Amino acid sequence: MLQDYVPILVFLTISGVMGIVMLGLGFLLGPSKPDPEKLSPYECGFEAFEDTRMRFDVRYYLVAILFIIFDLEIAFLFPWAVVLGDYATKGVQIFALASMGIFLAILVIGFIYEWKKGALEWD
Amino acid sequence: MIDWLRSLFSFLPPMLAELATIVASIMIVLVPLILCVAYTTYAERRVIGFMQSRLGPNRVGPFGLFQPFADVLKLMIKEIVVPQNANRFLFLVAPLLSLIPAFAAWAVIPLTPEFVLSGIDAGLLYVLALTSFGVYGVILAGWATNSKYAFLGAMRSAAQIVAYEIAMGFALVGVLMAGGSLNLQEIIQAQSGSVLHWFWLPLFPLFLVYFIAGVAETNRAPFDVAEGESEIVAGFHVEYGGMAFALFFLAEYANMILISVLVATLFLGGWLSPFQGIPVLGDTLLGASGFIWLALKSAIFLFCFLWFRATFPRYRYDQIMRLGWKVFIPITIVWLAVEGVLVALDVGPWFN
Repeated sequence: MLQDYVPILVFLTISGVMGIVMLGLGFLLGPSKPDPEKLSPYECGFEAFEDTRMRFDVRYYLVAILFIIFDLEIAFLFPWAVVLGDYATKGVQIFALASMGIFLAILVIGFIYEWKKGALEWD
Repeated sequence: MIDWLRSLFSFLPPMLAELATIVASIMIVLVPLILCVAYTTYAERRVIGFMQSRLGPNRVGPFGLFQPFADVLKLMIKEIVVPQNANRFLFLVAPLLSLIPAFAAWAVIPLTPEFVLSGIDAGLLYVLALTSFGVYGVILAGWATNSKYAFLGAMRSAAQIVAYEIAMGFALVGVLMAGGSLNLQEIIQAQSGSVLHWFWLPLFPLFLVYFIAGVAETNRAPFDVAEGESEIVAGFHVEYGGMAFALFFLAEYANMILISVLVATLFLGGWLSPFQGIPVLGDTLLGASGFIWLALKSAIFLFCFLWFRATFPRYRYDQIMRLGWKVFIPITIVWLAVEGVLVALDVGPWFN
């Protein structure tokens, strides 16, 4: 079982090493002639007015928070979806369907609420 | 194939032989993948060229076939500029973080009925995890660069990827319900029978949502606001040059191919032959499943990626977010509910 994951570990290592080697080759073969103008951040020829790490639109946070809720929902749906077709008796199957139906319904109510509140508007 | 490799390395001590087998089988996947990426860039320029009544690259070698290698060589001897305000370490780690998941996700893709690098039972979960992981490379690149264009591109891209991730995840749940397993090999086997047994038919809305979300996820046109060369120049990789840029490029194209292969695997029966189940043709060699079918099916979707880019103008950002949140998520939730009822009540013809 667990040794099935060894190729994945090796694959991750190999792709990491490959990326590092390619970057290294780039540094090795490419020239390096830095000058202040070249190293200044690109802003269409202007001097940068202020630091880039400034305040930004709060809606990006909102999207990220909503994402976490829905992504967790998906994580809960995954195991349920795998076994739904395998239950021995019809009754258990209907019960599984109904319980997930209630869970989804609660989340859908939340989804409608955020929709009505305008959390998904973007203009 | 893996057994053959194992016998090849049998002269080594057992642990080393196992490792050598794994490394060799990874190379069997990785080297053709990189060649595919190289020729996807070539095909992209040629196909879009012909669609716009131009020739595209045709100078380097016959029909311009050596163009990708010339490009790699050129990128390799270009300077990698690290801007002075940038966080140097994160600036260089970011391309690696987008490259590693783009490659490593291939470990669980079944290429033939026998050959899969790692047939883990959590295959689909692993794919979902690694395709989500790619967003870190983009965010980190935008933040570490410390340039306004890069920052804007990264923010846009992150919000967009995150929005489409949900629709994608829901579509995967639909596939799981129909396939009854997280193992990709078993999902393909669950589709065997004929073309009508493939999941594209019972899961048609999810199939469309998954592919479109895949296009958005890879930041390809018409969803390429993260790059948006006409407004924010090149988005998150505006300050990257030379090999550092090449890594982002490699990751983007590897992800495109990955999405094509995943759509083919999850909804079009992967390596199953389309002639399977047809009375006369299915009994001949055409009915045999194999890598060639997977390649052909994925090539269709890969072509669609190029086709979209030549056809559609770029979406406006608020339209992208509206499509992701207000169209795709309701569609997938409704279809999951329908499918759940069909599966639980054993309604035919697919779910019994």
